[in-house]
Amino acid sequence: MRQTDITKWSGILVYLECYKGKIHKVSLEMIAEAVRLAETSREEVYVLGIGAEMEKVQEELIGYPIKTAYLYEAKDEYTPLLYEEITVSAIRKLLPSIVLIGGTYEGRALAPRLAVAFETGLTADCTTLEIEAEGKLVQTRPAFGGNVMASIVTDVCRPQFATVRPGIMQPMEKKQEYTPHVICEKVEGKPDNVQILETIMSKVEEDITNQDILVVAGRGVKKKEDLDMLRELSELMGGKLASSRALVEKGWMSPKEQIGLSGHTVSPSLMITCGVSGTVQFMAGMKHTKNIIAINTDEQARIFEIAHYPVCGDLYEIVPEMIELLKSRKGDEGSAT
Amino acid sequence: MDGRCKMKIAVCMKQVPAASEGNMDKETGMLIRTGLEAIVNIYDLAALESALRMKEQYGGEIHVFTMGPEKAEAVLREAFGMGADEGYLICGKEFAGADVLATSYTLMQALKSVGDFDLILCGRQTTDGDTAQVGGALAKWLEIPNMNWVKQIELAEEGGIEVLYAMEGREVKAHLTLPCLISVERECFVPRLPSLKLKIRGKKKEIYRITIQEMEDQEVEHYGLKGSATRVKKIFPPVRTARREAVYLEKKEAARYIYKILEPYIQEEA
Repeated sequence: MRQTDITKWSGILVYLECYKGKIHKVSLEMIAEAVRLAETSREEVYVLGIGAEMEKVQEELIGYPIKTAYLYEAKDEYTPLLYEEITVSAIRKLLPSIVLIGGTYEGRALAPRLAVAFETGLTADCTTLEIEAEGKLVQTRPAFGGNVMASIVTDVCRPQFATVRPGIMQPMEKKQEYTPHVICEKVEGKPDNVQILETIMSKVEEDITNQDILVVAGRGVKKKEDLDMLRELSELMGGKLASSRALVEKGWMSPKEQIGLSGHTVSPSLMITCGVSGTVQFMAGMKHTKNIIAINTDEQARIFEIAHYPVCGDLYEIVPEMIELLKSRKGDEGSAT
Repeated sequence: MDGRCKMKIAVCMKQVPAASEGNMDKETGMLIRTGLEAIVNIYDLAALESALRMKEQYGGEIHVFTMGPEKAEAVLREAFGMGADEGYLICGKEFAGADVLATSYTLMQALKSVGDFDLILCGRQTTDGDTAQVGGALAKWLEIPNMNWVKQIELAEEGGIEVLYAMEGREVKAHLTLPCLISVERECFVPRLPSLKLKIRGKKKEIYRITIQEMEDQEVEHYGLKGSATRVKKIFPPVRTARREAVYLEKKEAARYIYKILEPYIQEEA
């Protein structure tokens, strides 16, 4: 059994994902979560960031009740060796009981390396965090495909590593009276086993996370071709088509269009789900949607628990009717002008 | 790497239950695990596909590793059908109940018992555990670099590979020194169908079993549940909240009902 003297470890460290001097929103959400947890456990909150423009990061941290911010001026683009080395040595000095990392591309690459470096526990994609006696972190996440919740603890190893997906924890208001103590260090690049050759910034494209209206296709869709009907519906409404995980696993929809803990978190003004049963992992990615219309044939479907407008019925009957209605509306507008 | 040489590739694959959702008893909230068909984790088929493409382009040999019960042999047979050269089943009751730390440790021990690999390929995640963390952990045990969600892999000069992968709001092209570990994006490596010829040949192929006896570290405390740092404290069905009464309407009525709700939103759009 691997173990460590857990009484030596205390405090909550948040890993800041920094790029071009900007802190990723998931890191700010985790600072807020760390502050909430620290109130219960009476611990301190620390942050650690690595990147190229740390003076901007330092400025962005003003207003958060953070004890110390450890900022490392280094190459902006993540490479495993350098980022791991910096983080591991900082953790060895600080001995935090808990380390929170964003479930982003970077965080998911770094977190498992850190967990192995300390031979300790890592719980991915947590949806709820609580602190028990002796600073034990109770990490709750959907398990077994998402229909059941599991609460996971790391008993005798420290730190306790947890990742959280963006949009899961609520951010907090900044208060001007807080100014974190900052320790900034310049890290010289050494020969690395990964060399960045080129960075291609993605075009800001319309994706499901910045839409006001979404139609969501679920397991109730029987054939790939039937998605055309739902796509038409979304377009008539000026929105986009998204999907639950089931259809992405079938290869009918792209991971870019996937809502849920393992996909994207969205909160449009309006969403119509069609044949989505509503697993925990799906709902974690859309529960802040302001208006949810759910169409499902199963009156027991979980989605009806959070839908503002649960409609028990067959999407194959209702959607074509809606398309007709929307088309005739478009037609009316056309004749009016 | 000197040009077209024998690159040794390891691919990690896992057997998972076929259904990832909708298999819970609605009354009791218990998982229904019996009668579930076992399949190869779909993301791992993409990892094997990427390995096959590397082999076709640059030469080499593909060794597939899977950890699981005896029936997980099916994963290796399927891999043979697609073109894998060797298959290893990591089995033993010591390995059961492993978390990210213990799973990745077991895989490291298993890989090392076979030899050194130039390139290790994994899927982006499994559909059951869903952590997407075992690959990175394995890379750290082996003290090699890793990159996730890779879309392109090319062999480069001087014993390395060039990969293209996604980061937040950008894509990055990087050179990785071999050996290294890569997890691949499924969309970019759509798996081929197994060939009948390879499948038949694969049926007779020997499957190597790796038990704790083959491993360098034979301390049972380091594997499975005992070697895990995390413990599942409890499993519970999600809290059911009060549901709004669903409306039951004839199809035209239902469409009109929904249309009324969405009308204010789409008028803003128009």
